Amino acid sequence: MTPASEPATVTSLPIGSDADLAWVRHQVRQFAAELGFGLVQQTKIVTAASELARNTLVHGGGGQAQIHPLHHGPARGLRLLFTDTGPGIRDVELAMTDGYTTGGGLGLGLSGAKRLVDELSVETEPGQGTVVTVVAWVTRAPAVRPGLG
Amino acid sequence: MHVPERAAADSAARELAAFLESRREQIAQRWADAPLFRTVFTVSRDEAVEACKAVVDALSEVASSGRLESVGAPGFGPVREQLGHMAASRSRSGFTPGQIADEAAGLRAVAVELLHGEAQGPPEREAPDVLLALTVLMGTLRLVLMETAVSAGEELIARQQLQLLEVATPVISLWDGIIGVPLIGTLDSARSQVVMESLLQAIVEQRARYAILDITGVPTVDSLVAQHLMKTVAAARLMGAECIVSGIRPAIAQTIVHLGIDLSSVLTRSSLADALAYALARQGIEVFRRADGASPR
Repeated sequence: MTPASEPATVTSLPIGSDADLAWVRHQVRQFAAELGFGLVQQTKIVTAASELARNTLVHGGGGQAQIHPLHHGPARGLRLLFTDTGPGIRDVELAMTDGYTTGGGLGLGLSGAKRLVDELSVETEPGQGTVVTVVAWVTRAPAVRPGLG
Repeated sequence: MHVPERAAADSAARELAAFLESRREQIAQRWADAPLFRTVFTVSRDEAVEACKAVVDALSEVASSGRLESVGAPGFGPVREQLGHMAASRSRSGFTPGQIADEAAGLRAVAVELLHGEAQGPPEREAPDVLLALTVLMGTLRLVLMETAVSAGEELIARQQLQLLEVATPVISLWDGIIGVPLIGTLDSARSQVVMESLLQAIVEQRARYAILDITGVPTVDSLVAQHLMKTVAAARLMGAECIVSGIRPAIAQTIVHLGIDLSSVLTRSSLADALAYALARQGIEVFRRADGASPR
């Protein structure tokens, strides 16, 4: 793996209200734009962040979002972490199914977000909260993705 | 606390109250030139002096009640509003809360100076206790000032949120029987409720057959926003109006597809012009350029 060429600074944002969701979207969009994400990619990652941050708020009872800019050689990317201390997800596979919802929504939050980013992983334990991590890379240089080259 | 200490503190507070009362005029005259009080100065300096006197009176009232450290002391009641105005005016001029707090701290120096002058007069007075009491009291005034500033800010934010809800959802009559709602900003649950209500109301009032929801100004369309849109469309349909969602940008269209949202039940167009053309055509109205190219006048 290529070592990070610049020290990555982490931005933590609270998720406790609808207004916080708007702020998370705003910040993610700003980071994505600065890292060189194209308009379509920006829209995708911001939408994914919106879905996951809302899950943190609605299902996790609030928590926080972390934004890590990624610099691996020439590759630029974003890692976003959504952390809550809520009830956790009992069956992650079921939760990742299109249309499955416990909150009255469309049931596309988690599964839809997965399709909008390059990687999505869920760490959860019933009663122990949930951490959802997503990674998206600027697609200009897909060949230099870390771990592959 | 030991009883003698308590008694000493009480006597210092009383002494402080007496000092503030006797030096009310001098303190007010000198505070009136401080930046904080200059904010209330509109026509003449006397206004600032009056404002200072009110604050000195409040301080003296708090001192005589012995509640030097209490931000909620009733003595501050009469000047709370004025302090709020002062803090708000300073923050409008671009000062941070920290800078405003520093300005409030500056007021203490003036009072301390006068107190020192006093101590040189009758030497039997125990100035250190009174000085301590004055410092505590001025610290509390600073907190009251901050508190009023923050609560004024919160009120302002709450009011602006309400204003935004109303302002950002106009319903426009585009043609006889065709209405448009340009949506701008974040479409959260509260906003979409307002949108739905004003849209349905307008459908009734204007006997609209077609309603165009334009989302050009909505930066992010996630599954919740899509759900709100679908509900609004379904409700409009129940009222006999056909809804068209316009302003779907390329990035939004791709995102919606990847998210897996099925908008096939909703009539969509990329621009408001297309949506209007569709609605006009459905009403049997044709728009065309005159053959001679001349304007009607």
